[in-house]
Parts: sequence; structure tokens; C-alpha cells
Amino acid sequence: MVRVTNVWDVTVIATESLSKRFPRVTALDRLSVDVGPGVTGLVGANGAGKSTLIKILLGLSPATEGRAEVLGLDVATKGAAIRERVGYMPEHDCLPPDVSATEFVVHMARMSGLPPTAARERTADTLRHVGLYEERYRPIGGYSTGMKQRVKLAQALVHDPQLVFLDEPTNGLDPVGRDEMLGLIRRIHTDFGISVLVTSHLLGELERTCDHVVVVDGGKLLRSSSTTDFTQTTTTLAIEVTDTDEHPDGTRAVREALHARGVGVEDGSGLPGAGHVLLLTAQGEETYDLVRDVIADLGLGLVRMEQRRHHISEVFKNSDEERKEAVGHGS
Amino acid sequence: MAAEQSMQTPATAPGDTRIHNIGYRSYDGPRLGRGYARLSLYSQSLRGSYGLGRSVKSKVLPMLLFVVMCVPAAIMVAVAVATKANDLPLDYTRYAIVMQAVISLYVASQAPQSVSRDLRFKTVPLYFSRPIETTDYVRAKFAALASALFILTAAPLLVLYIGALLAKLDFSDQTKGFAQGLVSVALLSLLFAGIGLVIASVTPRRGFGIAAVIAVLTISYGAVSTLQAIADAQGSGGDAIAWIGLFSPITLIDGVQSAFLGASSAFPGGVGPGNAEGVVYVLLSLGLIAASYGLLVRRYKKVGL
Repeated sequence: MVRVTNVWDVTVIATESLSKRFPRVTALDRLSVDVGPGVTGLVGANGAGKSTLIKILLGLSPATEGRAEVLGLDVATKGAAIRERVGYMPEHDCLPPDVSATEFVVHMARMSGLPPTAARERTADTLRHVGLYEERYRPIGGYSTGMKQRVKLAQALVHDPQLVFLDEPTNGLDPVGRDEMLGLIRRIHTDFGISVLVTSHLLGELERTCDHVVVVDGGKLLRSSSTTDFTQTTTTLAIEVTDTDEHPDGTRAVREALHARGVGVEDGSGLPGAGHVLLLTAQGEETYDLVRDVIADLGLGLVRMEQRRHHISEVFKNSDEERKEAVGHGS
Repeated sequence: MAAEQSMQTPATAPGDTRIHNIGYRSYDGPRLGRGYARLSLYSQSLRGSYGLGRSVKSKVLPMLLFVVMCVPAAIMVAVAVATKANDLPLDYTRYAIVMQAVISLYVASQAPQSVSRDLRFKTVPLYFSRPIETTDYVRAKFAALASALFILTAAPLLVLYIGALLAKLDFSDQTKGFAQGLVSVALLSLLFAGIGLVIASVTPRRGFGIAAVIAVLTISYGAVSTLQAIADAQGSGGDAIAWIGLFSPITLIDGVQSAFLGASSAFPGGVGPGNAEGVVYVLLSLGLIAASYGLLVRRYKKVGL
């Protein structure tokens, strides 16, 4: 029962030198990017043009130049048809506090054109899928932030769209709520068969959830690549080892041994535990094996080896040398 | 569906008696589009104007005002029947003018309820990320409040009419008066709904909205009737009084119906506008209704997403 429309080689979103200029700022600057089915992350600092892009893709704001298609429909002329097949979860609060989640989502389902009975059934289903049970009959005003985010997600999914735009869905959530929301986003694609465009200013959380990540900065495309490409070039490992009698400075011994095998290592200067932490770029599975072998050969104890979460700024830091490559890579 | 099965398998361990997630079902049924969405929004807003589908607390005021609006009509009917009078104590067209305070209060309480909430809780973007357009939203909200006002103002007229027939008053006279009354309150409903919504749509705060609507309706009426009284006392005659009447919504309606709907004017001296002035009254009323609609559309184009 996998939907026929979601064939893998179809383009869900395509933009071609899409620009949006306001009198004082350029929100999007000749953005050309193709997005396929699956979960796609749209990363950028605040003001990078993410929300502007979503508005244009919903057909609500005309582009200054260039063109864009969503599900094969031109945003300039087929806005209403796009909005019938697409769901949107805004970044900000958008829920009236004095109605229950059920009433609210039923109303929104009808606004999407679902007949009354279907609206009720789909609402019950959708709220259950996003994890709202008994509380759905209580007024929304009494919900926690996590529950409100789930209601916002439910109203975007209730009409069974082919694609959803989720604008900063993890905003304001605690770490557990964040993980739950990311898991839910993953399921929207794997279990529900709905493609997802999710924005965030945290690259780390999108790396875990998305199949593909698009990075924008100042309205320009910085890079667009599948998450596997991304992690290969951006995953940094932090390693901390014990010292032994044989190697009084274990950290240095590991660094030299890794150097000998041609792996560049940085001191974790500026980090907590500087001097004891080594940073290296993981090229793939073999790097983990190599580190394990080197440390075992030296007879040291491995205190920790962890992936460091990247903040978006780190991508921007090396963006200049990568930009040419990325643009070639994207689209 | 492979995904569903793999999701269920861990849960079917022996001895585990959980209710299973039956998995996601896609929707292949009809999608009824803009017209249906607009109608749904209209009926939801209209019901909301009387607190239906909302909390008990929000039913109190509109229902109370509805009762207050109808009780005098019921009393008049009772009097007319009991005293076997030849005519109702009050014309159909005059009823809304006499009860204008109740109508103003209703507009002031329900116009902000209808639009300020969506603005304040930023629900508006959720509407416009769906197939409906700005104009659909504005039309649904405008029509809903105008209908609610029509129910409020036409119900007592219906009470009067039924009572008049029960009292065996002249059928054709009463039917004509009733019809004129309905036309008049229909115009009044559109005009008041438009003014109320424009004011309410500017502020996301419900309290400000209520105060602003009351202020606009009562201050304009107060100013106009004072000026008319002064004009009357100075003997300026019907013309000046009639022109002054253009400047408040309720006197505008009064003027229209005394010029064209056979009503006796509530203006000082009882002299309403003549036919020529009456045309200006009608044009201004219709112009105001159209302008309110235009302003609302402009406002919501801006609010958008």
C-alpha cells in the first residue's frame, strides 16, 4: 500500500535561480536546488531565508525572479493545488488555547477540504500517531510545549499530504522531547510515506534524521548533499585515552601513532579537558577501526570516543573552500 | 505493508497483551476544496457567534443578548393581543433603532471573538497554508457575523409578526411592514458586521477590540444625535438634520429606511431625509459595506503567513 506518487526518482521540490528581494534585504539569492522524496533538512542560521523559501514554495509569496516547482506544480500558478497536497507546521505558536486538540484538528482538516466524517476519523488517527491520547479532549491551553508541537504536527498531517514543511519543529523542546520529535519526523517518511522538508539551525540534529541536507546562508545555497556525504566530511571524533607506565603521555603517543598512519589529529584546545582530548576527522567506518587498533596496540585504555555535534557555524567556517565543490555537488 | 509489520513484530511477543498500533492509513477519499472549506469556516464562525461549539462561558453573553433582544417584542405582542389593539405599539422598522444598544453590544463582543482570536494566537497562517485564499476567509467571516446579526435583529421582528397575526391585525399591512423591517435589518447587519470586523481585525487583543467597537458605534451616534438636536433647536430644519445623520451607522440605517422603507424617522422633529438625500444614504451604506470588505481583504493580505 505504498503510495504510487512517491516513486524514488521523482523530484519533490525543484527551484531554479529562485530569488526573493525585499526593499532592504535579499532573502533568497539565485537558489537552485532539487529535493527528492524522503526527509530533507534545510539548515541555516536565523535569517538565512528558510522561512521565505517555505512561503514561496506554498505559493503564498511571489518570487522576485526564478521559478520553483513543488510536486511538479509551478508555485506561481498552482498555489492552491500545492496547498491541497502539502502540510505546513509553522515555527511560532499557532494554537488557540480554549479549544481541545480534537476540535482544532477537525476544523483544520475541514479547512483542507476533508468531509466531516473523514475529518473526524483522520483527526483521531493522526493525533494517535503523533502520540496524543486522552489529553486530546482537553483544552490546548493546558498542554506542555511538547504536546503543543505534536498538535501543530497533527494539523499539518491530518489531510494526508504528500509533503510536509516543518519549520523548526524542535524549537523549545527539552532533549528528550527533541529526540521524540526527531523520531516522529523520521516515521512520517518511513511509516506514513510522506516526504518531509524540515528546517533547523542545528545541523547535528538534522544529520541524524534526514536523508539529505541542504544548507543555506544569506539566501544562497551553501551545499546540498545526502547525509552520508555530509557525515563523511563533517564528523569529528573526540578521543580521550588513559596514560600507562609505558606511555606516560598516552594522548601524545596516540597522536604520533595516528600521524604515522597518515591521519591528521588536532589538539582539542579550547575544549574542556584540553591536552587530553584529540580531535580527528572520521572518514568512515575504517577510521573507527583504525583508532581502536592504534589504541589497543599501544596498550592504552580508551576513556571515550564520541562524535562531536556540529553546530552550523562550523560548516560556515570552512564554507569558502567547500562552496565551489558544494555547488557542483548540489542540484 | 512492510513498515507496519516490522513495527508490530516486537510487540507480539508471547504474554504481551498490548493494544497494537494499527499503522498509518492514507486517505484516498474526496477533497472538497475551497468552496467547501469556505462554507465550513462560515458555519463554524456563525455557530461560534452564539457560543455553539465553544465553552459554556462564551455562550452566556450572546444568548443573553438574544433573549434581551426578543423579550420586548414578546411583551409588545402580549399587550397587543390582550388589549385588542389595532396596531403594534412599535413599527417593525423602528425596533432595531430602539434596541441599538443591544445590537452594538453584540457586535462589540462577537466581532473580536470572530477575528481577533485567529490573529492573537497566530492561527491565520494555518488557514492560508491551505487551499482557501484571503478572500475566502474574509467572505466567510463577514457573512458569518452578518448572518449572526441578522438572526439577532430579525428574530424579534418574527416574534412581532407572528404575534400580530395572532392578534388578527391586518394581514397585508403587517406583511408589508415585516418585509420592510427585514430589508432594513439585513442592511443593518451587513453594515454593522463590516464596521465591527474592520475594527476588530486591526487589534489582536480582544479587549481593545470590544472597547473600540463600542466607542465607534456609541460615540458616533452620540455626536450625531447631539448635533441633530442642536440643529433642531436652532430651527435649521430637516435638511441639516438629515445631512448630519450620515455620520453614524445607526442614523444611516434610520435615514435609508425612512426614505425608502416607509419608516417614520427617529430624527429630531421626526423628519427623515427626502428621496434625493435618501439616495446618498443608500449609496453611503453600500459604499461603507464594500469599503469594509476591501479593507479586510487588504488587512489579511498583509497578515498572511
